[in-house]
Amino acid sequence: MPFYSDKVMDHFQHPRNVGEIKDADGIGEVGNPVCGDLMTFNIKVKDERLEDVKFKTFGCGAAIAVSSMVSEMAKGKTLDEAMQITNASVAKELGGLPPNKMHCSNLGADALHKAIEDYKSRQVKK
Amino acid sequence: MHRIYLDNQSGTRLDARVLQLILPFFDQQYGNAQSMHTLGQQAKDAMEKARVQVADLIGARNEEMYFTATASEANNLAVKGIAQAYQAKGKHIIVSAIEHFSVLNCGKRLGQAGFDVTYLPVDKDGLISPEDLKKALRPDTTLVSIQLANSEIGTVQPIAELSVIAREKGVIFHTDAVYAAGFMDIDVNQLGVNALTLSGNQFYGPKGAAALFLKKGVRITPQTDGGVQEAGRRAGTENIPAIVGFGAACELVKKEMPQFLPEIIRLRDRLIKELPEKIEYVYLNGHPLKRTPHNANFSIEFIEGEAMMLFLDQEGIYVSSGSACANKALKLSHVLTAIDVDAAVGQGSLSLTLSKYNNDNCIDSLLEHLPPTVERLRQMSPLFAHFQKTGKRQVAGPGTDYKHQHEHEEQEEH
Repeated sequence: MPFYSDKVMDHFQHPRNVGEIKDADGIGEVGNPVCGDLMTFNIKVKDERLEDVKFKTFGCGAAIAVSSMVSEMAKGKTLDEAMQITNASVAKELGGLPPNKMHCSNLGADALHKAIEDYKSRQVKK
Repeated sequence: MHRIYLDNQSGTRLDARVLQLILPFFDQQYGNAQSMHTLGQQAKDAMEKARVQVADLIGARNEEMYFTATASEANNLAVKGIAQAYQAKGKHIIVSAIEHFSVLNCGKRLGQAGFDVTYLPVDKDGLISPEDLKKALRPDTTLVSIQLANSEIGTVQPIAELSVIAREKGVIFHTDAVYAAGFMDIDVNQLGVNALTLSGNQFYGPKGAAALFLKKGVRITPQTDGGVQEAGRRAGTENIPAIVGFGAACELVKKEMPQFLPEIIRLRDRLIKELPEKIEYVYLNGHPLKRTPHNANFSIEFIEGEAMMLFLDQEGIYVSSGSACANKALKLSHVLTAIDVDAAVGQGSLSLTLSKYNNDNCIDSLLEHLPPTVERLRQMSPLFAHFQKTGKRQVAGPGTDYKHQHEHEEQEEH
Protein backbone atom coordinates (compact mmCIF):
# COMPACT_ATOMS: atom_id res chain seq x y z
CA MET A 1 0.00 0.00 0.00
CA PRO A 2 1.41 3.42 -0.85
CA PHE A 3 2.25 5.69 2.05
CA TYR A 4 -0.27 8.38 1.00
CA SER A 5 -3.77 8.15 -0.49
CA ASP A 6 -4.30 8.97 -4.19
CA LYS A 7 -6.00 12.20 -3.23
CA VAL A 8 -3.07 13.32 -1.10
CA MET A 9 -0.67 12.50 -3.92
CA ASP A 10 -2.85 14.39 -6.40
CA HIS A 11 -2.88 17.54 -4.26
CA PHE A 12 0.84 17.14 -3.49
CA GLN A 13 1.81 16.81 -7.13
CA HIS A 14 -0.66 19.36 -8.45
CA PRO A 15 -1.20 21.78 -5.59
CA ARG A 16 -4.02 24.31 -6.12
CA ASN A 17 -3.70 28.00 -5.27
CA VAL A 18 0.02 28.19 -4.59
CA GLY A 19 1.31 31.72 -4.19
CA GLU A 20 0.85 34.99 -2.39
CA ILE A 21 -1.69 37.78 -2.84
CA LYS A 22 -0.11 41.15 -3.50
CA ASP A 23 -2.36 43.28 -1.28
CA ALA A 24 -3.76 40.52 0.90
CA ASP A 25 -6.52 41.39 3.36
CA GLY A 26 -5.23 38.84 5.86
CA ILE A 27 -2.15 36.68 6.36
CA GLY A 28 -1.85 33.68 8.64
CA GLU A 29 1.13 31.50 9.36
CA VAL A 30 1.51 28.39 11.50
CA GLY A 31 4.21 25.85 12.10
CA ASN A 32 7.90 25.96 12.47
CA PRO A 33 10.59 24.89 10.03
CA VAL A 34 12.47 23.27 12.88
CA CYS A 35 9.66 20.74 13.17
CA GLY A 36 9.54 20.44 9.42
CA ASP A 37 6.38 22.30 8.45
CA LEU A 38 5.52 25.96 7.92
CA MET A 39 2.35 27.18 6.20
CA THR A 40 1.47 30.72 5.13
CA PHE A 41 -2.03 31.62 3.92
CA ASN A 42 -2.98 34.87 2.14
CA ILE A 43 -6.65 35.79 1.74
CA LYS A 44 -8.62 38.36 -0.22
CA VAL A 45 -12.02 39.17 1.27
CA LYS A 46 -15.00 40.71 -0.51
CA ASP A 47 -18.45 41.10 1.12
CA GLU A 48 -17.39 38.81 3.98
CA ARG A 49 -16.52 36.09 1.48
CA LEU A 50 -13.12 34.55 0.66
CA GLU A 51 -12.69 35.84 -2.86
CA ASP A 52 -9.19 34.40 -3.12
CA VAL A 53 -7.01 32.10 -1.04
CA LYS A 54 -3.34 31.43 -1.72
CA PHE A 55 -0.74 29.52 0.24
CA LYS A 56 2.94 28.80 0.47
CA THR A 57 4.13 25.79 2.40
CA PHE A 58 7.49 24.47 3.51
CA GLY A 59 6.98 20.86 4.46
CA CYS A 60 6.39 17.26 3.61
CA GLY A 61 3.97 15.77 1.10
CA ALA A 62 1.13 15.79 3.62
CA ALA A 63 1.70 19.43 4.57
CA ILE A 64 1.56 20.54 0.93
CA ALA A 65 -1.53 18.43 0.18
CA VAL A 66 -3.30 19.73 3.30
CA SER A 67 -2.59 23.35 2.35
CA SER A 68 -3.86 22.79 -1.17
CA MET A 69 -7.03 21.10 0.07
CA VAL A 70 -7.73 23.86 2.60
CA SER A 71 -7.36 26.52 -0.08
CA GLU A 72 -9.80 24.64 -2.31
CA MET A 73 -12.33 24.09 0.47
CA ALA A 74 -12.17 27.71 1.63
CA LYS A 75 -12.33 29.58 -1.63
CA GLY A 76 -15.74 31.21 -2.18
CA LYS A 77 -16.93 30.45 1.35
CA THR A 78 -18.12 33.12 3.78
CA LEU A 79 -15.75 33.88 6.65
CA ASP A 80 -18.08 32.11 9.08
CA GLU A 81 -18.23 29.03 6.87
CA ALA A 82 -14.47 29.02 6.47
CA MET A 83 -14.04 29.13 10.25
CA GLN A 84 -15.98 25.84 10.37
CA ILE A 85 -13.27 24.04 8.38
CA THR A 86 -11.27 21.92 10.81
CA ASN A 87 -8.02 20.03 10.53
CA ALA A 88 -10.04 16.85 10.90
CA SER A 89 -12.43 17.72 8.07
CA VAL A 90 -9.46 18.50 5.81
CA ALA A 91 -7.88 15.15 6.56
CA LYS A 92 -11.20 13.48 5.82
CA GLU A 93 -11.52 15.24 2.46
CA LEU A 94 -8.03 14.00 1.59
CA GLY A 95 -9.08 10.39 2.15
CA GLY A 96 -7.16 10.21 5.42
CA LEU A 97 -3.58 10.86 6.45
CA PRO A 98 -1.02 8.48 7.96
CA PRO A 99 -1.35 8.60 11.79
CA ASN A 100 2.05 10.25 12.33
CA LYS A 101 1.06 13.03 9.93
CA MET A 102 -2.20 13.94 11.65
CA HIS A 103 -0.55 16.18 14.19
CA CYS A 104 2.31 18.13 12.66
CA SER A 105 1.43 18.36 8.98
CA ASN A 106 -2.28 18.86 9.41
CA LEU A 107 -2.24 22.55 10.35
CA GLY A 108 -3.77 24.06 7.22
CA ALA A 109 -7.11 24.98 8.78
CA ASP A 110 -5.28 26.70 11.66
CA ALA A 111 -3.29 28.81 9.19
CA LEU A 112 -6.47 29.77 7.33
CA HIS A 113 -8.21 30.72 10.59
CA LYS A 114 -5.22 32.87 11.55
CA ALA A 115 -5.48 34.68 8.21
CA ILE A 116 -9.17 35.35 8.85
CA GLU A 117 -8.42 36.60 12.38
CA ASP A 118 -5.72 38.84 10.92
CA TYR A 119 -8.30 40.25 8.49
CA LYS A 120 -10.76 40.88 11.31
CA SER A 121 -8.21 42.62 13.51
CA ARG A 122 -7.30 44.88 10.60
CA GLN A 123 -11.00 45.80 10.23
CA VAL A 124 -11.16 46.79 13.91
CA LYS A 125 -8.14 49.04 13.48
CA LYS A 126 -9.78 50.74 10.50
CA MET B 1 9.78 2.76 -15.87
CA HIS B 2 13.47 2.76 -15.04
CA ARG B 3 14.54 2.24 -11.45
CA ILE B 4 17.37 4.32 -10.11
CA TYR B 5 18.29 3.12 -6.67
CA LEU B 6 20.42 5.58 -4.72
CA ASP B 7 19.45 4.33 -1.26
CA ASN B 8 22.09 1.64 -0.86
CA GLN B 9 22.72 2.39 2.79
CA SER B 10 19.27 0.91 3.39
CA GLY B 11 20.41 -2.32 1.75
CA THR B 12 21.78 -3.33 -1.64
CA ARG B 13 20.49 -5.34 -4.55
CA LEU B 14 21.35 -9.04 -4.27
CA ASP B 15 24.08 -10.20 -6.64
CA ALA B 16 22.53 -12.64 -9.16
CA ARG B 17 25.38 -15.11 -8.62
CA VAL B 18 24.69 -15.12 -4.89
CA LEU B 19 21.01 -15.75 -5.53
CA GLN B 20 21.82 -18.84 -7.63
CA LEU B 21 24.10 -20.15 -4.91
CA ILE B 22 21.58 -19.90 -2.11
CA LEU B 23 18.51 -21.28 -3.86
CA PRO B 24 19.37 -25.00 -3.34
CA PHE B 25 19.55 -24.39 0.41
CA PHE B 26 15.80 -23.76 0.52
CA ASP B 27 14.57 -26.97 -1.09
CA GLN B 28 17.52 -29.33 -1.69
CA GLN B 29 20.00 -28.96 1.16
CA TYR B 30 17.41 -27.93 3.70
CA GLY B 31 18.89 -29.71 6.71
CA ASN B 32 19.32 -28.16 10.14
CA ALA B 33 23.02 -27.54 10.71
CA GLN B 34 22.74 -29.13 14.17
CA SER B 35 21.42 -32.45 12.83
CA MET B 36 23.88 -35.34 12.69
CA HIS B 37 22.54 -36.88 9.48
CA THR B 38 23.88 -36.19 6.00
CA LEU B 39 21.49 -33.33 5.21
CA GLY B 40 22.36 -31.68 8.51
CA GLN B 41 26.08 -32.05 7.91
CA GLN B 42 25.74 -30.58 4.40
CA ALA B 43 24.13 -27.51 5.93
CA LYS B 44 26.83 -27.31 8.58
CA ASP B 45 29.62 -27.59 5.99
CA ALA B 46 28.05 -24.81 3.94
CA MET B 47 27.78 -22.62 7.03
CA GLU B 48 31.38 -23.23 8.06
CA LYS B 49 32.55 -22.41 4.55
CA ALA B 50 30.65 -19.13 4.83
CA ARG B 51 32.26 -18.45 8.20
CA VAL B 52 35.71 -18.68 6.59
CA GLN B 53 34.60 -16.39 3.75
CA VAL B 54 33.28 -13.77 6.18
CA ALA B 55 36.39 -13.99 8.39
CA ASP B 56 38.61 -13.59 5.31
CA LEU B 57 36.98 -10.30 4.36
CA ILE B 58 38.06 -8.67 7.62
CA GLY B 59 41.31 -10.51 8.39
CA ALA B 60 39.79 -12.48 11.26
CA ARG B 61 39.89 -16.17 12.17
CA ASN B 62 36.80 -18.21 11.41
CA GLU B 63 36.39 -19.30 15.04
CA GLU B 64 36.09 -15.60 15.97
CA MET B 65 33.01 -15.05 13.79
CA TYR B 66 29.48 -15.37 15.18
CA PHE B 67 26.46 -15.29 12.89
CA THR B 68 23.35 -13.33 13.78
CA ALA B 69 20.21 -12.54 11.79
CA THR B 70 20.80 -8.81 11.50
CA ALA B 71 23.42 -6.18 12.21
CA SER B 72 21.14 -4.74 14.89
CA GLU B 73 21.22 -8.09 16.65
CA ALA B 74 25.02 -8.25 16.38
CA ASN B 75 25.32 -4.73 17.82
CA ASN B 76 22.98 -5.66 20.68
CA LEU B 77 25.04 -8.76 21.38
CA ALA B 78 28.27 -6.75 21.35
CA VAL B 79 27.22 -3.74 23.40
CA LYS B 80 24.92 -5.33 25.94
CA GLY B 81 26.74 -8.65 25.95
CA ILE B 82 30.18 -7.17 26.66
CA ALA B 83 28.90 -4.56 29.13
CA GLN B 84 27.10 -7.27 31.09
CA ALA B 85 29.98 -9.76 30.98
CA TYR B 86 32.37 -7.21 32.48
CA GLN B 87 30.06 -5.49 34.93
CA ALA B 88 32.00 -6.81 37.92
CA LYS B 89 34.91 -4.69 36.66
CA GLY B 90 32.85 -1.59 36.02
CA LYS B 91 29.57 -0.24 34.70
CA HIS B 92 30.66 2.57 32.40
CA ILE B 93 30.61 2.41 28.61
CA ILE B 94 31.33 4.98 25.89
CA VAL B 95 29.56 5.26 22.53
CA SER B 96 29.49 8.05 19.96
CA ALA B 97 26.52 10.37 19.53
CA ILE B 98 26.10 9.34 15.88
CA GLU B 99 25.90 5.57 16.30
CA HIS B 100 23.15 3.55 14.70
CA PHE B 101 20.07 3.18 16.91
CA SER B 102 20.97 -0.45 17.59
CA VAL B 103 23.98 0.87 19.55
CA LEU B 104 22.41 4.07 20.93
CA ASN B 105 19.34 2.30 22.25
CA CYS B 106 21.48 -0.40 23.85
CA GLY B 107 23.13 2.47 25.69
CA LYS B 108 19.72 3.71 26.76
CA ARG B 109 18.70 0.24 27.95
CA LEU B 110 21.95 -0.24 29.86
CA GLY B 111 21.45 3.21 31.39
CA GLN B 112 18.10 2.05 32.77
CA ALA B 113 19.84 -1.00 34.21
CA GLY B 114 22.27 1.10 36.24
CA PHE B 115 25.10 1.51 33.77
CA ASP B 116 26.68 4.87 33.09
CA VAL B 117 26.89 5.76 29.40
CA THR B 118 28.98 8.55 27.87
CA TYR B 119 27.91 9.78 24.44
CA LEU B 120 30.95 11.23 22.69
CA PRO B 121 30.22 14.33 20.60
CA VAL B 122 31.49 14.78 17.05
CA ASP B 123 32.76 17.86 15.21
CA LYS B 124 30.93 19.53 12.30
CA ASP B 125 32.34 16.92 9.91
CA GLY B 126 31.20 14.08 12.13
CA LEU B 127 34.62 13.13 13.50
CA ILE B 128 35.34 11.92 17.03
CA SER B 129 38.30 13.57 18.69
CA PRO B 130 40.85 11.15 20.22
CA GLU B 131 41.33 13.69 22.99
CA ASP B 132 37.64 13.47 23.89
CA LEU B 133 37.89 9.70 24.09
CA LYS B 134 40.96 9.92 26.34
CA LYS B 135 39.11 12.27 28.68
CA ALA B 136 36.00 10.11 28.76
CA LEU B 137 37.80 6.93 29.84
CA ARG B 138 37.43 6.09 33.53
CA PRO B 139 38.72 3.30 35.76
CA ASP B 140 35.30 1.65 35.56
CA THR B 141 35.02 1.89 31.74
CA THR B 142 34.69 -1.55 30.16
CA LEU B 143 33.64 -0.89 26.58
CA VAL B 144 33.97 1.69 23.81
CA SER B 145 31.73 1.34 20.76
CA ILE B 146 32.41 3.69 17.84
CA GLN B 147 31.26 3.08 14.30
CA LEU B 148 33.78 2.76 11.47
CA ALA B 149 31.62 4.83 9.10
CA ASN B 150 28.36 6.71 9.44
CA SER B 151 25.47 5.52 7.30
CA GLU B 152 23.95 8.95 6.84
CA ILE B 153 26.85 11.33 6.24
CA GLY B 154 29.57 8.78 5.35
CA THR B 155 32.23 10.10 7.73
CA VAL B 156 34.95 7.52 8.46
CA GLN B 157 36.37 7.51 11.99
CA PRO B 158 40.07 7.05 12.80
CA ILE B 159 39.35 3.71 14.48
CA ALA B 160 42.99 2.52 14.67
CA GLU B 161 43.93 5.71 16.49
CA LEU B 162 40.93 5.49 18.83
CA SER B 163 41.29 1.79 19.63
CA VAL B 164 44.88 2.26 20.82
CA ILE B 165 43.65 4.73 23.42
CA ALA B 166 41.15 2.19 24.75
CA ARG B 167 43.62 -0.69 24.60
CA GLU B 168 46.20 1.20 26.68
CA LYS B 169 43.59 1.34 29.45
CA GLY B 170 42.55 -2.28 29.00
CA VAL B 171 39.14 -1.28 27.64
CA ILE B 172 37.39 -3.41 25.01
CA PHE B 173 36.73 -1.70 21.67
CA HIS B 174 33.80 -2.56 19.39
CA THR B 175 33.20 -0.98 16.00
CA ASP B 176 30.03 -1.10 13.92
CA ALA B 177 31.50 -1.56 10.43
CA VAL B 178 28.18 -2.27 8.72
CA TYR B 179 28.30 0.78 6.53
CA ALA B 180 31.98 0.44 5.59
CA ALA B 181 32.20 -3.29 4.82
CA GLY B 182 32.18 -3.99 1.11
CA PHE B 183 33.25 -0.42 0.32
CA MET B 184 36.55 -0.18 2.21
CA ASP B 185 39.36 -2.59 3.06
CA ILE B 186 38.81 -3.76 6.61
CA ASP B 187 41.34 -5.62 8.74
CA VAL B 188 40.49 -6.20 12.38
CA ASN B 189 44.19 -6.34 13.32
CA GLN B 190 45.01 -3.06 11.64
CA LEU B 191 41.96 -1.48 13.25
CA GLY B 192 42.99 -2.94 16.59
CA VAL B 193 39.42 -3.77 17.60
CA ASN B 194 38.16 -6.56 19.84
CA ALA B 195 34.72 -6.73 18.25
CA LEU B 196 33.25 -5.69 14.90
CA THR B 197 29.81 -5.88 13.29
CA LEU B 198 29.16 -6.40 9.58
CA SER B 199 26.14 -7.34 7.47
CA GLY B 200 25.93 -9.01 4.05
CA ASN B 201 22.90 -7.08 2.88
CA GLN B 202 25.07 -3.95 2.67
CA PHE B 203 27.19 -5.44 -0.10
CA TYR B 204 25.02 -7.57 -2.41
CA GLY B 205 24.23 -10.41 0.00
CA PRO B 206 20.72 -11.38 1.16
CA LYS B 207 18.88 -9.91 4.13
CA GLY B 208 18.86 -12.16 7.17
CA ALA B 209 22.54 -12.73 7.90
CA ALA B 210 25.06 -10.58 9.73
CA ALA B 211 28.02 -11.33 11.95
CA LEU B 212 29.89 -10.25 15.01
CA PHE B 213 33.65 -10.65 15.09
CA LEU B 214 34.67 -11.29 18.67
CA LYS B 215 38.37 -11.59 19.35
CA LYS B 216 39.39 -14.73 21.17
CA GLY B 217 39.38 -14.14 24.91
CA VAL B 218 36.69 -11.43 24.98
CA ARG B 219 33.86 -12.53 27.22
CA ILE B 220 30.24 -11.93 26.27
CA THR B 221 26.85 -12.55 27.83
CA PRO B 222 24.48 -14.14 25.27
CA GLN B 223 21.37 -12.11 24.51
CA THR B 224 19.47 -15.11 23.14
CA ASP B 225 19.46 -18.14 25.40
CA GLY B 226 18.76 -21.57 23.98
CA GLY B 227 20.79 -24.26 22.30
CA VAL B 228 24.42 -24.70 21.42
CA GLN B 229 24.50 -22.78 18.15
CA GLU B 230 27.33 -20.30 17.59
CA ALA B 231 29.31 -21.80 20.47
CA GLY B 232 26.50 -20.97 22.88
CA ARG B 233 26.74 -17.24 22.21
CA ARG B 234 23.70 -16.97 19.95
CA ALA B 235 21.07 -19.67 20.14
CA GLY B 236 18.59 -20.41 17.37
CA THR B 237 18.43 -22.43 14.17
CA GLU B 238 20.90 -20.99 11.70
CA ASN B 239 19.49 -19.32 8.58
CA ILE B 240 21.59 -21.36 6.17
CA PRO B 241 20.49 -19.80 2.84
CA ALA B 242 21.18 -16.28 4.15
CA ILE B 243 24.48 -17.31 5.77
CA VAL B 244 25.64 -19.04 2.58
CA GLY B 245 24.73 -15.91 0.62
CA PHE B 246 26.51 -13.70 3.14
CA GLY B 247 29.68 -15.79 2.79
CA ALA B 248 29.53 -15.75 -1.00
CA ALA B 249 28.97 -11.97 -0.99
CA CYS B 250 32.06 -11.53 1.20
CA GLU B 251 34.22 -13.60 -1.13
CA LEU B 252 32.95 -11.79 -4.23
CA VAL B 253 33.31 -8.32 -2.79
CA LYS B 254 36.82 -9.02 -1.55
CA LYS B 255 37.85 -10.18 -5.02
CA GLU B 256 35.99 -7.54 -7.02
CA MET B 257 36.26 -4.41 -4.88
CA PRO B 258 39.43 -3.22 -6.65
CA GLN B 259 37.52 -3.31 -9.94
CA PHE B 260 34.32 -1.49 -9.03
CA LEU B 261 35.44 0.85 -6.26
CA PRO B 262 37.16 3.45 -8.49
CA GLU B 263 33.95 3.71 -10.52
CA ILE B 264 31.81 4.21 -7.39
CA ILE B 265 34.20 6.90 -6.19
CA ARG B 266 34.07 8.61 -9.57
CA LEU B 267 30.25 8.65 -9.51
CA ARG B 268 30.17 9.94 -5.93
CA ASP B 269 32.60 12.72 -6.85
CA ARG B 270 30.37 13.64 -9.79
CA LEU B 271 27.49 14.11 -7.35
CA ILE B 272 29.56 16.15 -4.93
CA LYS B 273 30.87 18.38 -7.71
CA GLU B 274 27.90 18.68 -10.05
CA LEU B 275 24.92 18.86 -7.73
CA PRO B 276 25.97 22.20 -6.17
CA GLU B 277 26.66 23.52 -9.68
CA LYS B 278 23.05 22.86 -10.65
CA ILE B 279 21.32 23.94 -7.44
CA GLU B 280 21.97 27.01 -5.30
CA TYR B 281 22.12 26.92 -1.49
CA VAL B 282 23.27 23.30 -1.25
CA TYR B 283 25.65 22.13 1.47
CA LEU B 284 27.60 18.87 1.69
CA ASN B 285 27.30 17.07 5.01
CA GLY B 286 30.05 14.87 6.43
CA HIS B 287 33.81 15.08 6.05
CA PRO B 288 34.86 16.24 2.56
CA LEU B 289 37.61 13.61 2.28
CA LYS B 290 37.28 11.12 5.13
CA ARG B 291 34.05 9.61 3.84
CA THR B 292 33.00 6.27 2.41
CA PRO B 293 33.31 5.86 -1.37
CA HIS B 294 29.56 5.53 -1.85
CA ASN B 295 28.12 8.40 0.20
CA ALA B 296 27.01 11.88 -0.84
CA ASN B 297 24.79 13.72 1.66
CA PHE B 298 23.46 17.23 1.18
CA SER B 299 21.24 19.77 2.86
CA ILE B 300 19.19 21.61 0.28
CA GLU B 301 17.99 24.83 1.84
CA PHE B 302 14.42 26.21 1.94
CA ILE B 303 12.72 22.89 1.18
CA GLU B 304 11.83 19.73 3.04
CA GLY B 305 13.34 16.32 2.33
CA GLU B 306 10.29 14.08 2.30
CA ALA B 307 8.59 16.20 -0.36
CA MET B 308 11.77 16.04 -2.45
CA MET B 309 11.93 12.27 -1.99
CA LEU B 310 8.29 11.84 -3.06
CA PHE B 311 8.78 13.82 -6.26
CA LEU B 312 11.90 11.83 -7.13
CA ASP B 313 10.00 8.63 -6.35
CA GLN B 314 7.50 9.57 -9.05
CA GLU B 315 10.43 9.65 -11.49
CA GLY B 316 11.63 6.22 -10.39
CA ILE B 317 14.55 7.64 -8.42
CA TYR B 318 14.86 6.23 -4.90
CA VAL B 319 16.69 8.25 -2.25
CA SER B 320 16.37 8.94 1.47
CA SER B 321 16.27 11.94 3.77
CA GLY B 322 17.06 12.67 7.40
CA SER B 323 14.37 15.35 7.69
CA ALA B 324 11.91 15.30 10.56
CA CYS B 325 9.04 14.36 8.26
CA ALA B 326 10.95 11.54 6.59
CA ASN B 327 12.10 10.35 9.98
CA LYS B 328 9.73 7.99 11.77
CA ALA B 329 10.65 9.74 15.03
CA LEU B 330 9.47 13.11 13.57
CA LYS B 331 12.70 14.72 14.62
CA LEU B 332 15.64 15.85 12.51
CA SER B 333 18.07 12.91 12.37
CA HIS B 334 20.32 12.61 15.39
CA VAL B 335 23.34 12.60 13.08
CA LEU B 336 22.54 15.97 11.48
CA THR B 337 21.76 17.34 14.93
CA ALA B 338 25.12 16.07 16.25
CA ILE B 339 27.09 17.77 13.46
CA ASP B 340 25.22 20.98 14.25
CA VAL B 341 23.34 21.37 10.99
CA ASP B 342 20.80 24.19 11.38
CA ALA B 343 17.50 22.56 12.26
CA ALA B 344 15.62 24.31 9.43
CA VAL B 345 18.34 23.76 6.82
CA GLY B 346 18.64 20.10 7.79
CA GLN B 347 14.99 19.57 6.85
CA GLY B 348 16.19 19.61 3.25
CA SER B 349 18.49 16.66 3.81
CA LEU B 350 19.11 14.35 0.88
CA SER B 351 21.08 11.15 1.25
CA LEU B 352 22.49 9.53 -1.89
CA THR B 353 24.30 6.22 -1.54
CA LEU B 354 25.76 4.22 -4.40
CA SER B 355 26.55 0.61 -5.21
CA LYS B 356 28.32 -1.28 -7.98
CA TYR B 357 25.01 -1.31 -9.87
CA ASN B 358 24.93 2.46 -10.37
CA ASN B 359 26.38 4.11 -13.46
CA ASP B 360 26.60 7.50 -15.16
CA ASN B 361 23.00 7.21 -16.34
CA CYS B 362 21.81 7.14 -12.72
CA ILE B 363 23.76 10.28 -11.90
CA ASP B 364 22.61 12.00 -15.11
CA SER B 365 19.00 11.18 -14.35
CA LEU B 366 19.21 12.49 -10.79
CA LEU B 367 20.97 15.65 -11.96
CA GLU B 368 18.24 16.11 -14.57
CA HIS B 369 15.25 15.59 -12.25
CA LEU B 370 16.45 17.06 -8.97
CA PRO B 371 16.90 20.73 -9.99
CA PRO B 372 13.32 21.17 -11.27
CA THR B 373 12.02 19.33 -8.19
CA VAL B 374 13.92 21.69 -5.90
CA GLU B 375 12.77 24.67 -7.93
CA ARG B 376 9.15 23.55 -7.75
CA LEU B 377 9.30 23.12 -3.98
CA ARG B 378 11.11 26.42 -3.50
CA GLN B 379 8.39 28.19 -5.47
CA MET B 380 5.96 26.82 -2.87
CA SER B 381 8.19 27.60 0.10
CA PRO B 382 7.44 30.60 2.34
CA LEU B 383 11.03 30.39 3.62
CA PHE B 384 12.39 30.86 0.11
CA ALA B 385 9.94 33.69 -0.62
CA HIS B 386 11.06 35.44 2.54
CA PHE B 387 14.72 34.94 1.63
CA GLN B 388 14.21 36.29 -1.88
CA LYS B 389 12.41 39.38 -0.61
CA THR B 390 14.67 40.25 2.28
CA GLY B 391 17.92 38.32 1.77
CA LYS B 392 17.35 37.02 5.29
CA ARG B 393 16.90 33.47 6.35
CA GLN B 394 14.68 33.95 9.35
CA VAL B 395 10.96 33.88 8.84
CA ALA B 396 8.82 36.58 10.36
CA GLY B 397 5.24 37.29 9.54
CA PRO B 398 1.89 37.89 11.18
CA GLY B 399 0.96 35.13 13.51
CA THR B 400 4.24 33.30 13.22
CA ASP B 401 5.45 31.33 16.17
CA TYR B 402 8.72 30.60 14.47
CA LYS B 403 10.59 33.46 16.10
CA HIS B 404 9.87 32.20 19.58
CA GLN B 405 10.57 28.55 18.99
CA HIS B 406 13.60 28.88 16.75
CA GLU B 407 16.39 29.14 19.25
CA HIS B 408 19.29 28.94 16.83
CA GLU B 409 21.08 32.05 15.74
CA GLU B 410 20.22 33.19 12.28
CA GLN B 411 22.48 31.40 9.84
CA GLU B 412 25.12 33.42 8.10
CA GLU B 413 25.66 32.99 4.38
CA HIS B 414 27.62 29.80 3.88
